[in-house]
Amino acid sequence: MINQTSSMPSSPPQAPLVVEMRGIVKRFPGVLANDHVDFELLHGEIHGLLGENGAGKSTLMNVLAGLYRQEAGTILVKGEPKAFSSPRDAIKAGIGMVHQHFMLVPSQTVTENILLGLDDPRFIMRLPDYNTKIAELGERFGLKVDPRAKIWQLSVGEQQRVEILKMLYRGVDVLIMDEPTAVLAPQEIEGLFVTLRAMIAQGKSVIFISHKLQEVSVIADRVSVLRRGIATASGVPSKGVSRQELARLMVGRDVIFALDKKPGRPQDVVLEVTDVHAESDKGLPALRGISLNVRAGEIVGVAGVAGNGQSELSQVISGMRRCAQGQVLLNGDKISNRNTLFGIQHGMAYVPEDRTHVGSAPNLSVTDNVIMKNFRKPPISKNGLLDMKAATKHANELKLAYDIIVPTVSTPVRLLSGGNLQRVILAREISGLPAFMVAVQPTRGLDVGAIEGVHRLLLAQREAGAAVLLVSEELEELLSLCDRVYVIYEGKIMGEVMIGDDEPDEGAALSLSKGLVDTIGQMMTGTPLDQIQKEGVAAHD
Amino acid sequence: MTEPTTLNKRRAPFRFRIEPRLSEPPAWYPAAVSFGAIIVALILGGVLISFAGGDPIRSYLHIAKASFGDIGVLSDTIVKATPIILAALACSVAFRMKLWNIGAEGQFIMGAFGASAIVLAPVLPAETSRWIFIPVMMIAGMAAGAIWGFIPGYLKAKFNVNEIISTLMLNYVAVAWVNFWIFGVWTEGGFQMSPKFPDGAWLPRLSDYAKAFPIFRGLTTHLGLVIGIVAAIILWFIIFRSRWGYEIRLIGDNPNAAQYAGINITRNTIWVMMLSGALAGLGGMSEVGGVVHRLQTAPVAAGYGFTGIIVAWLAKLNPLAIIFVSILFGALILAGREIQPSGVPKMIQGIILVCLIASDFLLRYRVVIERVEE
Amino acid sequence: MDYTIILQAGIASGTVLLFATIGELFAERSGVLNLGVEGMMLIGAMSAFSTTIATGNPWLGVLVAMIFAGLISQIHAFIVITLQADQVVSGLALTFLGAGISLVLGEGLSKAGTVSLLPNFSIPLLTLIPIIGKIFFTNQSVLVYVGYLLVPLSWYYINRTRPGLHLRAVGEYPSAADALGINVFRMRYFYVFVGGMMAGLAGATISLAVSPGWFSELTTGGQGWIAIGLVIFAQWDPFRAAIGAYAFGALRRLILDIQGPLVLFGFANPFYYNPYLGFFLQMLPYLFTVVVLVIGSREALRKRIGAPAALGNPYVRGERGL
Repeated sequence: MINQTSSMPSSPPQAPLVVEMRGIVKRFPGVLANDHVDFELLHGEIHGLLGENGAGKSTLMNVLAGLYRQEAGTILVKGEPKAFSSPRDAIKAGIGMVHQHFMLVPSQTVTENILLGLDDPRFIMRLPDYNTKIAELGERFGLKVDPRAKIWQLSVGEQQRVEILKMLYRGVDVLIMDEPTAVLAPQEIEGLFVTLRAMIAQGKSVIFISHKLQEVSVIADRVSVLRRGIATASGVPSKGVSRQELARLMVGRDVIFALDKKPGRPQDVVLEVTDVHAESDKGLPALRGISLNVRAGEIVGVAGVAGNGQSELSQVISGMRRCAQGQVLLNGDKISNRNTLFGIQHGMAYVPEDRTHVGSAPNLSVTDNVIMKNFRKPPISKNGLLDMKAATKHANELKLAYDIIVPTVSTPVRLLSGGNLQRVILAREISGLPAFMVAVQPTRGLDVGAIEGVHRLLLAQREAGAAVLLVSEELEELLSLCDRVYVIYEGKIMGEVMIGDDEPDEGAALSLSKGLVDTIGQMMTGTPLDQIQKEGVAAHD
Repeated sequence: MTEPTTLNKRRAPFRFRIEPRLSEPPAWYPAAVSFGAIIVALILGGVLISFAGGDPIRSYLHIAKASFGDIGVLSDTIVKATPIILAALACSVAFRMKLWNIGAEGQFIMGAFGASAIVLAPVLPAETSRWIFIPVMMIAGMAAGAIWGFIPGYLKAKFNVNEIISTLMLNYVAVAWVNFWIFGVWTEGGFQMSPKFPDGAWLPRLSDYAKAFPIFRGLTTHLGLVIGIVAAIILWFIIFRSRWGYEIRLIGDNPNAAQYAGINITRNTIWVMMLSGALAGLGGMSEVGGVVHRLQTAPVAAGYGFTGIIVAWLAKLNPLAIIFVSILFGALILAGREIQPSGVPKMIQGIILVCLIASDFLLRYRVVIERVEE
Repeated sequence: MDYTIILQAGIASGTVLLFATIGELFAERSGVLNLGVEGMMLIGAMSAFSTTIATGNPWLGVLVAMIFAGLISQIHAFIVITLQADQVVSGLALTFLGAGISLVLGEGLSKAGTVSLLPNFSIPLLTLIPIIGKIFFTNQSVLVYVGYLLVPLSWYYINRTRPGLHLRAVGEYPSAADALGINVFRMRYFYVFVGGMMAGLAGATISLAVSPGWFSELTTGGQGWIAIGLVIFAQWDPFRAAIGAYAFGALRRLILDIQGPLVLFGFANPFYYNPYLGFFLQMLPYLFTVVVLVIGSREALRKRIGAPAALGNPYVRGERGL
């Protein structure tokens, strides 16, 4: 096993150990997130930490960063045992973490965010002095950002740079990056990698958490893998291990990438979005003339880096946000700038991005949650009264049909796991036999089994002749499910690509999708499709 | 304390860990926790009473005897509980939607005013039959309360005006409004009260039937109790068995989800505030028609609306539980009048509410005692 | 009617609201809504008055008022910060509790007579400024001058100092602050305590300076609630809070004084000849609060500025993010 080879002193490590974690145990109510995990980081390396969602990677690193406290196990930093009771302690020991969800105060400036929690300045802040200092530091590591800008004015990529600067300003030697590429476009990822290598060159070490195999094997010197809280590999040189093997270590079985996707039979246009403009919550333009359509019997994807208007688009379509210009037609009826009820009554289903804050009522029962869309109609409702017997029966049927694991349907949904909650939402939305469905990030944060289930349900909708609009940040997901993909950037559609649905042999598929990924990636960073094609032609000439 | 999730005692062989509950506690558990909280509150109250120079045990014994001692005082307790039931129902329906209507007091007062106006304006002549007088007074009381609930509801729905402040401000306005009428317009011989209502405007009392049932002699329990109980049952049905109630519960738990489900939050905000105001107004009507029999500020604006907040919370917003909790608080208020110092009942109410809110923690978290593993 | 005298008295009575509003502003900036201001003010007014009677020293009265009200506020802090309960309900409970305790402990105080009050004085040169000198700097209580200093200092503290930076971070994004080693729990306890002390000071200002004495619940008469409304109007900014507080103070004085003269603006004063109309005057501060809330809330909606983002939410550490 890889585990043993790495812990055997067969090849003595060239660089000294910076961090050593031994037998880390961390429990959350109902879950054993880390089960006696060992982890080692060498000086001057980029160490990839691989694992599926929920495997315990972030938990392990949160322990190292002082945010959580382990129940058992020891941490040594440069050979000295350390007990961190807060992130501040960890930073003092030279360990800093950039979280997946940025820890930046939106209403404050870059400089203010970087100074937060430091002892200097003591009391009175003279910001201009610090602005120059921070600009210089950014220069050194190729992290360009305006120190006087307020966080909410920055793009996601710039915010990530602020997070890294925050740690560098504190003089950390070890930087933990939690899923840093999840929010970046392919080209931005390149820039991040350049920065990380610059940091290594200046004597820092990096831990790179990811669930994306390919990235880790590109950037990391060594790799550790976690599966369900257990380390299945620690410190394997990334050159010496195949992707296939890493995948098996991550998932515990051979991964089946192929989905049973039948050839598409698209029919009439169901959803027609024409030149939609809308503002974000902050009052900034979020959509600037979006046009797209979805036909019955096809899944249409919307690809893009988070925060480019996807959320606003789905909200305009579902009726939860007003649009300033343009319109949305559902089977010919105008549904934009009406209320959500109109869409519901005209056969729209909506799987929102935020399961707990939008898609469900946490303290109400499963029954109350599954009747959210059909409580106005018989058999659930008669003459303004609710037939709770019929509602319970309905809930129990859905529980069986969609494998919702819950003791009784009167359990409040806040007690459900993410996957189970998503099944409740999908059960509710699909059982209404929608003509059209918007699904936003339906698999985010779910484990592999749950993701497969969601994918199968979406494909079943397509088979049943529904029109599905799938908004996702996972390119792989879009490529395997969709018939067509639109790419959105800063509230505009950069282009539309067709995904072939016939199954060529594996090699061809790979090169095909390689070219597709490149094209989509370019569009995700703001190059319109026609320009890419023009340049492509020009290159041929 | 800096770490809320783990409270470590140094070198103790055990440690307490507090973790979120992952399953529903048994059905008896919330009631037991609330009961425990009240016991703790009474003990704390006792400490404060003795600090202020009183005798807590005698005070509490006095409360028990003076409110449940015999059928006469029991009836008086119920009379005190009646306005609390309606005020608490008013609070419960608004709280259910997370609308913090703390203006039940003002809506109660306006309800009393509305009902009194029927008699004093007069809308109906003094010799009108009871069967016409009482329904008309009920409608007038509810309407006046509903208007007083509509104002903050509308401001909340249209301008996002914080309803806590607006409802509370309207309480003071309601008192000044009623004062104007009883000092300036309907005063009885310059006193700060209106003339007594004619018999037809009195809610029937048990003692009215003493001829047929001698046991009722002297019992002042009035029709308001029946109104309160019927209102509680109807409200229970609305909340848990009607479409409207479902919408209220959904908005209360997660307004985003409600909007997502196509529910009109603006309209519901206004309607629920009006329902809440109407229930409180009904309480005011019951108080002037059943007890005071005239419009007068002091006995009407006696804080029932505020006690209603505590009762609604203690009853976990359940309309049927409100009936029983109201009777307990009726007892506290009835007996409290004779206790020195006079602020004691108010203070005990405050302590009970504090303890209840604190005890909710035990419903969401469980305390695990475990051996320290090293 | 001499308007400068009304305004002069209005500044004094506005100082009460100013202290309470700025205190609540600090608590809310840290993310804790404390609706118990009215209760804490009653505690402050009662304990200031009773201490002064017992010791003859009004300064000691102010100190005791601030400490007692600060301690009472920690009940709310414990319930909402450590026990993570609903801030609205807990604040209401604190109002009841504060009112109850001050009634019990203040029993008999209303007959206690007069006490030595805090000193009034004028600021030598500033009194010479026309009108303004008369209104702001002539024969005001020492606490009024404290109020003048408090406003710019609070603004500077919040916007230009390190602790202020931390305060804003804790109220906007507590987990970000926590990740950088700022103790969110301790900060929130502290600023709730500050809010409590300021409410206590506001109470002491009433009972030792503005309208001396203890009149049970009528002592504060809902000013604690008005203060909470003013925080919304002020959009969490000390200068706007000051404008609101002094305007309200002036309004309260005007209502008291307008019923006196026989002639008002050249007409027979209706409030003199029909004193019952005075009840409508009494409504004004409360109605005005509602109006101010409408203005503040509409402006907030339009400009998309709002409360500190974490206001009202308990901070739970170590819970799983996703």
